[in-house]
Amino acid sequence: MAILIDETKKVMIQGITGREGRARTKLMREFGTNVVGGCTPGKGGQDVEGIHVHDTVAEVVEANGGVDVSVVFVPARLVKSAAIEAIEAGVKLIMLVPDRVPLWDAMGIAEVAADHGAEFIGPNTLGVISPGRAVPGMIGGRAESARQWFNEPIPGRTVGVISRSGGMSSSCGYYLSRAGLGISTICHVGGDSVLGLTFPEVALKFQDDPETDAIVLFGEIGGSMEERLADLMAAGRITKPVVAYIGGKAAREGTRFSHAGAIIEGDRGTHAGKVRALTQAGAVVVDGFGDLPEAALGVFENAARS
Amino acid sequence: MARLHEYQGKALLKQRGIHVPDGQAITTPQQAHDVAAELGGRVVLKVQAWITGRKALGGVLFADTPDEAKAHAETLLAMRFGNFPVSEVLVEQCLDIAHELFVSQSIDDAARAPMLLLDCAGGSGIEDRADSVARLAVSVSDGVNEDDVKAVLAASEIPAQHHGALVTAIQAIATTARECEARAFEVNPLVVLADGTACAADCRVTIDDYAVFRHPELGIEIARELDHPATELERIAYGVEQADHRGTFYFAQLPTDGHEDTKGLAGFHGAGGGGSMMSMDAVTNEGFTLANFCDTSGNPSAAKVYRAARIILSQDGLTGYFGSGSGVASQEQFHSAYGLAKAFNEMNMNLPVVIRLGGNAEDRAVEILEDACRELPAHVEGYRKDDTPAFCGGRFTALVQERTDTSTSNDLARSVPDYVGGNAEAFPIEGGHVWIDVESCDTELTAKMADWSSGLLKDDGTGRPTLAVDEEEVAKADSEFIACEIECLRIGRPVLFVDLPIAGIDTDGGAA
Repeated sequence: MAILIDETKKVMIQGITGREGRARTKLMREFGTNVVGGCTPGKGGQDVEGIHVHDTVAEVVEANGGVDVSVVFVPARLVKSAAIEAIEAGVKLIMLVPDRVPLWDAMGIAEVAADHGAEFIGPNTLGVISPGRAVPGMIGGRAESARQWFNEPIPGRTVGVISRSGGMSSSCGYYLSRAGLGISTICHVGGDSVLGLTFPEVALKFQDDPETDAIVLFGEIGGSMEERLADLMAAGRITKPVVAYIGGKAAREGTRFSHAGAIIEGDRGTHAGKVRALTQAGAVVVDGFGDLPEAALGVFENAARS
Repeated sequence: MARLHEYQGKALLKQRGIHVPDGQAITTPQQAHDVAAELGGRVVLKVQAWITGRKALGGVLFADTPDEAKAHAETLLAMRFGNFPVSEVLVEQCLDIAHELFVSQSIDDAARAPMLLLDCAGGSGIEDRADSVARLAVSVSDGVNEDDVKAVLAASEIPAQHHGALVTAIQAIATTARECEARAFEVNPLVVLADGTACAADCRVTIDDYAVFRHPELGIEIARELDHPATELERIAYGVEQADHRGTFYFAQLPTDGHEDTKGLAGFHGAGGGGSMMSMDAVTNEGFTLANFCDTSGNPSAAKVYRAARIILSQDGLTGYFGSGSGVASQEQFHSAYGLAKAFNEMNMNLPVVIRLGGNAEDRAVEILEDACRELPAHVEGYRKDDTPAFCGGRFTALVQERTDTSTSNDLARSVPDYVGGNAEAFPIEGGHVWIDVESCDTELTAKMADWSSGLLKDDGTGRPTLAVDEEEVAKADSEFIACEIECLRIGRPVLFVDLPIAGIDTDGGAA
């Protein structure tokens, strides 16, 4: 099953003629993603990696009888208009890859998405990968690496991964695979303060996915998404085992470490608060990142014993 | 800085018709005297610093005369809060306050929208009354709902005759926050004066770093979320970031109080936000103090990684250099390896170095780094994705503790080859020049250089390298030429040098 993406979903790329757009189109296709088209205003008629380029999202949608997912690679200041263009053209899942998207633009996108019943991931996301199926975005970097690094789902031993960090999305997937676990989907929700899908929404999708047996999180200081996920667990809406690592223990209030969302404001978003909330809700929270694979394995061993 | 001082935030409110106390920010005691004399009567002096509990820390003083104001200003201007020295003090008229409210617009990450916190008891101690504070949803496009504000006021003890002025002021605060793209905009307290005027008595504003480019009117010099005014090196680093948008470069210096009691001061070079945080935790767990946070990621050019390394090494008192990212990077890691190798060679690196280069093309990256640094006095070790952060941290500890030399980063000095600046062949690239000692080249080496530079160099027909393309085409080819420089170095023929002086370190000023 996997969540959010599989090989049947029709994917398009906004900003396909740019440096990143071109490079990532290659990765996506080589991994088996069903890339049906792309657009860049004024560049309609070209070809990129065998993909036909249109001027607008609406043209790509029309030419392909609909598009399920659009991956956006345009400069940060143009992301808001690109996202709204896709939402208004009827695309229901948008992945916003660029970093440095202004916060009020992200909130503006959220407002329009809510009005149209669309979802988005990011900004500042590497996207999503369902091993063996498809990769809209850029997790893995090269198709060959992505195939080597991430196991396909293994019945009864499959985890879904949600991460606030792009690099750590790959890291989690790689170490969990090496430990012998299968991966249904890795979702990098992004490192910004205001995001489309966050831990709770993605975790609910994993909860509903029959292929996913447990959920692994790479969380960070700042914001409230770890706490909100803990609330869902406490309320019994997430019942699959959750294993988590929270980065930024060494961080102090008021200084942010790269990710715009990774900032402690007052007493909100602290490392201790997140660890406490998740632990109390029944998650296994590891202190060192290196302990994550073993803890995930432990979840399956405990299940086997009981 | 992406934070504004109180007086700057008040100026934004005043421009939008919200009443603020008369006053002025000063930088000398004499100015405080003059402002107090002009205002007349009792004045308040407030340090302009991003700290909480300013009053309790002695940062707020009252004066009845201009001479007293001058004396207080002298005291306040000498204060320092952590790593935040006071350089400005706001001198204002004292207010005759009838009621105080707490108003704060921030971002609700769960709602993906702004949120207005409103409390009609207001003033200090708001943190302790979190439960009584009203949380009003704010529309991104339409701002705060007037009826919501009225309902909160109606339930308060503030007399109804003041509600109109307060609603106007609160809506204007929300509008100001939206117009300047604030991440947080707090007026605590918003007061009702004895004459019924609503007045913003204090103001704390944080602007969204990513929107600063749209707001030149705010005069923000460095769009960075820091808890202190930018240091000289942070300014230099910001200048580097702004000059080259290929990949992310983020550099912040950390407080190092008490580092003498730890295993030493480590220069830190991360890659990727999450990976950097996780790696910092690993070095901290080993008992080191981190001098800085740094992140070069998102496919940075070799020049950017080189400059980041040079900036890290420009800090005082480092006893080692630790680098690590997520460990399983999607980006190919050899550009970073070339950039680091260049910096370490230029500085004739003498401090232990551990770099975790895991990810795509990691074998090549580790080989480049270790081989190019083999002649240096320092131990330089590269690691891969299967080496855990904790293991790399352990190697770092071992290398630092094995070392008998007591020198630090203060003893490092940059050296460039003799042919740089002389009559050697040179052509410009962005931010510097590529120098080639063509006299020392031959046909065989030139053929290799053509390969290492990805074809940007070719044989001129006499066995010497020359540009294969127009100069304009190589302006951003720093990664290719740095690769060529390091490969020449690796075979013991250092005939090419990419000179990338850093403004503020190698040359005067010009940074940020």
